[in-house]
This record gives sequence, C-alpha cells and structure tokens, in this order.
Amino acid sequence: MIEFKNLHKKFGKLIVLDGLDLKITKGGIFAVLGPNGSGKTTLIKSLLGMVIPNKGDIFLNGKSVLKKWDYRNNLNYLPQIANFPPNLSVIELIDMVKNLRPKKANEQELIKLLGLQAFLNKKLGTLSGGTKQKVNLVLTFMFDSELIILDEPTTGLDPIALIHLKEIIKKEKGKGKTILITTHIMSVVEELADEIVFLLDGKIYFKGSIEALKKQTDNDNLEHAIANLISKQYA
Amino acid sequence: MLKILKYSFFDLMRSRWSYVYFIFYLALGFVLLFLNNDLNKAVITLMNIIIVLTPLIGTIFGVMYYYNSKEFTELLLAQPINRNKIFMGQYLGISLSLTLSLVLGLGIPFIGYGLFKSAVIFDFSLLLIAGSFLNFIFVALSYNIALSTDNKIKGFGYAILMWLFLAVIYDGIFLISLLMFNEYPLDKFSLIATMFNPIDLSRILILLKLDISALLGYTGAVFRMFFGTSFGMVISIFILALWVILPVFRMNFKLKKKDF
Repeated sequence: MIEFKNLHKKFGKLIVLDGLDLKITKGGIFAVLGPNGSGKTTLIKSLLGMVIPNKGDIFLNGKSVLKKWDYRNNLNYLPQIANFPPNLSVIELIDMVKNLRPKKANEQELIKLLGLQAFLNKKLGTLSGGTKQKVNLVLTFMFDSELIILDEPTTGLDPIALIHLKEIIKKEKGKGKTILITTHIMSVVEELADEIVFLLDGKIYFKGSIEALKKQTDNDNLEHAIANLISKQYA
Repeated sequence: MLKILKYSFFDLMRSRWSYVYFIFYLALGFVLLFLNNDLNKAVITLMNIIIVLTPLIGTIFGVMYYYNSKEFTELLLAQPINRNKIFMGQYLGISLSLTLSLVLGLGIPFIGYGLFKSAVIFDFSLLLIAGSFLNFIFVALSYNIALSTDNKIKGFGYAILMWLFLAVIYDGIFLISLLMFNEYPLDKFSLIATMFNPIDLSRILILLKLDISALLGYTGAVFRMFFGTSFGMVISIFILALWVILPVFRMNFKLKKKDF
C-alpha cells in the first residue's frame, strides 16, 4: 500500500534518511520505532508531504505522492504536538477541519467517548495539554480513511483516555485500516503492533513481528529487545 | 484558500491585539480631530503616524502570527489542501484584519467629523489606501522572513531590522547621499530611490496630494511634476502593487522547497 523507495533527506549537514526502502502492506498496525533523532518523524512527514525528500520517491497505492496534495484526503494524521489557534473554541475547530475535508465525520461519538462535551465551547487557549491531545484525537479519528498515522499519540493522556485510545485504534484496525504509530511507550507497542519497523541511521534496521524481534535479539522482554537494538548505535 | 482566510481572519479579529490596534486608531482619530479642529491638518499628522506605524504593526503581526500558528499550520498541511493556499489564506487573513482595523479605526472619527462634506475626502482616502498597501507589503515581507528563518528570535530580529531599515536607515542613507553628491543633478536619483522604499513612496505620494509640496523646494517641484500627474499616481500605485506581488511571489517559491 505504501512504498518508500531510496529515500534521502538531509537537514543542513545532518543526514536523517539515507536511502531508506520500506514497503507497508494494507491492513494492520505498524509501529515505527527508533532512538531519538533516527528519522521517524521525518519519514512520516515525507509521506504527508510536509518534508520534501532530497531524493527518492514515495508511492501510495501505486501512485507517487510527491508534490501532490489530494491524496491526503485518504489519510488521517495525528501530529506530535497539538497547538491550536487560542481564540477558536473546540467546536469551531472541529467544524473548521470538517469544513476543509470533503468527507463525512463522526465526531459526536468520539467527543462522548473522550468526555469532551463540557469543553466544546471553551477556547482552545485555555485547555490543558491532555485535553488538547484529546481534541487532537477527535480531529484525527473522526474521518474514515484507509491510512492513519499517529505520531506519539499517548503524550499527555490520562490512563482512562489511554485505554479509550487503544480501543479506538483496535476498532480501526478491525475495519481493515492501515495504522502507523511512532511511540516510545513499549507497552503500547506490545499490546497493539502487528509489525515493528525499526529505524537506525536513516535506514530500516529491522522489520518484522514482535516475536521475530525477540528471537533475533535473544530477549524475552520487548523493552530490552529494543534497548538491545538501540545500544548498537551507542557502541 | 477562502476557508483558511476566513478562519485566520476571524481568529485575528477575536484576538485582543486587533482590538487594541483598532481602539488605538479610533482614539488617535478622535484626539487629533479634537486638538486640531481641522480635517486637513489632522490628515497631515495622521500621515506621519501611519507611514511609520502600519509597517511596524504589519511586520510584528506577520512574524508573530507565523510563529504562533506553526503547529496549527502543520495540522493544516496534513489536510488535503495545497500548501500555497494555506499560506496565502493566512497572509490575506492577517493583512485584511489589519486593514480593517485601520480603515474602521480612522474612518469612524473622520466620518463623525463630517468627512463626506469636506474637500479632504480624496486626501483621506489616499491616506487609507497607502496605509492598506503598507499593511499588505509589510505582512508579506515579514512572512518571507519568517518562512526563511526557523529560529523565532532571529526571525523577529530580522523583521524588526527590516522595518528599521526601511523606515529610518534608508532615509538616512538617502539624505547623506543627497548631501554628498549635491553638485550633481539628483532629481532622477531621488525619484528612483524613492521608488525602492514603499514607506518613502507612500509618504511622497500623500505629501504631494496635500498641496504642501512648495515646502520641498526644487526637488519638490520635480516630484510634483512626476507624482502630481495622474501618470505619476498610476506609476506609484503600480510600484506599491509590485511591492506586494514580488514578496508574495517569493513566498510561493520558497514554499515549494520548505520542510515543516
């Protein structure tokens, strides 16, 4: 479904993606992991067209996405930091995003699930970090799209919201969606991910199931298995 | 694009600073008319303020809006919209809301004072047109600076420097060069040098319409011959428009390669 071909990206002198090749098939949850600064966000942002690669190509359902924008109607993205215009209220923001996409949205269900009813008419500038993240979640999941990209979705969420988030993700997976997640929380990976994509030095260092990773690193605990992979960079 | 424009516009119209700006002009208009008791004189004083202040406010609003809405812009970039349209929408949103504050803030006191019945209505409209142009020009210039500078503090610094250069330093250099080369014919040089600074251009444009150009001496006569005619007027407006179009053009060019 998604194919990255020989992707290169430099920021000044810093090489972030160095000839990365990756194929992601339709359906399932893919956890994109890697140490800080390994290029996870850059990879995701190049798929979204926010970062423009120096070299290489990205295909979505067989079509190149570079320099295009309408393909984004078929994907939902949850950015890492949620910061909205402080003078808009929650409901105005939701209506605005709905207005921008020619698609049906089911925001009511999500607002109820995440307990946002009381905040709908509050200004976004007055909300706490966790509540903003919940608004962010509503904006991401209210559309029905084939591909869902989540960049650190758990940031700032309380335990109940986290449980709801996991439920939402599982439900979306049940509908046959493809979901990409980047996170540093290993319990989330262990609970949700079907496959792990491990980035190191701008390349794919490992791709496969959690079991395969545990076997390869000879480690029963996922956290330690990942630490094992990362430690190779520090060595 | 219109949707983004609409939301940027409403977002700004609801912010405290738009009100402060609007009320400032409103108060300024009333105070000037109260003190001067003369529409004509008030227009001259206003010109001196507008010519310096609108560029400064446009510059600050432009960089501030860009950096403050960065994360939100990223959210928009992930939506199925062309990125040029997002930025054009924001740009027009800021410029229009600033222009609205200017036009309403000054318009209300002047209308209350019988603007429509007086002869200065043309001068006053020219003042507002020049002020609006300055808004559009300086928001575009500051957006260019912000787009090219990821560091917020640096971006702010460059933007303020740009304003300082065009509002103050340019005139200084201009004056010094006039003094240094005063043995040469300088009328063409001064005409052209004026064109390269939107603030100077608007100032001269308004001054010459105000019939006080006699104060400017020989150069004033040359300027009057040029700007005083409708040809000069059309050229000046055209150049002010160029000052909007070129930065906007560069903005769109820059956006093609920009990473977020």
